[in-house]
Amino acid sequence: MRDRPVIYCGLLLFAGFLTLPIWHNLAAHVTTKGPAPVLPAHEKQCVAPLAYMRTSHMDLLFDWRADVVRQSGRDYTTFDGRHYNMSLTKTCLQCHGSKAEFCDRCHNYTAVSLPCWNCHLDVKPVLRSAR
Amino acid sequence: MKISRKDFLRLSGLGCVGLTFRKLAAAAGRTRWGMAIDTAKCLKQPDCTKCIEACNHAHNVPQLPDPRHTVKWIWKEPFDRAFLNQVDDYSPLRAAPVMVLCNHCDDPPCVRVCPTQATFKRDDGIVEMDYHRCIGCRYCMAACPYGSRSFNWQDPRAYIHQPNPDFPTRTKGVVEKCNFCSERLAVGQPPACVAVCPEKALVFGNLADPHSEIRQLLASRRHMRRKPELGTQPQVFYIV
Repeated sequence: MRDRPVIYCGLLLFAGFLTLPIWHNLAAHVTTKGPAPVLPAHEKQCVAPLAYMRTSHMDLLFDWRADVVRQSGRDYTTFDGRHYNMSLTKTCLQCHGSKAEFCDRCHNYTAVSLPCWNCHLDVKPVLRSAR
Repeated sequence: MKISRKDFLRLSGLGCVGLTFRKLAAAAGRTRWGMAIDTAKCLKQPDCTKCIEACNHAHNVPQLPDPRHTVKWIWKEPFDRAFLNQVDDYSPLRAAPVMVLCNHCDDPPCVRVCPTQATFKRDDGIVEMDYHRCIGCRYCMAACPYGSRSFNWQDPRAYIHQPNPDFPTRTKGVVEKCNFCSERLAVGQPPACVAVCPEKALVFGNLADPHSEIRQLLASRRHMRRKPELGTQPQVFYIV
């Protein structure tokens, strides 16, 4: 049993190597927290149920886009009968505040880059710069 | 269900009559937007550029310093260039500049060549662009005989001095043009250029309605269209 120190050292090294990702994340200050987008303060119900918006907001926006640009429709009736103007900047951002605090939080977290804002204007910074 | 030959023919006939009625009803309630530009009224204020400024502001049209990269929706053009081969050397019209914009042609060549249908003609006659679909091939620019289309060679954002938050800008690599203010028409307002014209030289209206102001004007005044020989049927008329 003269090899005991060597074996223990080897086991320790092995355990360290196995848990390397944990030490790496601790060193890089990676947390388990989610993206935490800022939710609307007053409005409780979006234009569609939360579960649908979480998974399929892009489909809804694509439908809105097709309706407004190609069918000249502007009015959207929700599942519970409310009416909205189909507009990313005038309707979505009305409740959701700004791109930086809502859209960007999740999209940065999931590393999804969007071309929407290459053309559509994030209303708040525009108004700020105009003032 | 069994149907006799006689009943089948009867039903088919009824169907045809119904379809005809539907088409007639649709034609009666039709809208066809068009514009008339009174060149004499426009010339009363030769230095006025209010319509251009209003349009540029409403649609976030960038002011690019490089003339090769300019983006234009409505602009001034010398009469003999706008109406190439339509005026002779001795015409009094020659010297005067005229406002030119997209003609929203009845048979638009830009729509025909667009490979992605990013440019399309709406039921009310407006030749509209879907910038989401534009791939920047510039076929439409080659096809348009009026030079009404501009390409974004660079990101236009830096050249929009007072952005209008209600209308998107464009991005590098797409073509753009006048949209007859479809976003304003959707909320019942006339186009921005028409609304600001101090001389009321621009008249906008429904060409399908014989009682509309524009139809009355066109019925009573001499007018011309740009390059009629091409058969594109421009819906912008110039009263001379």
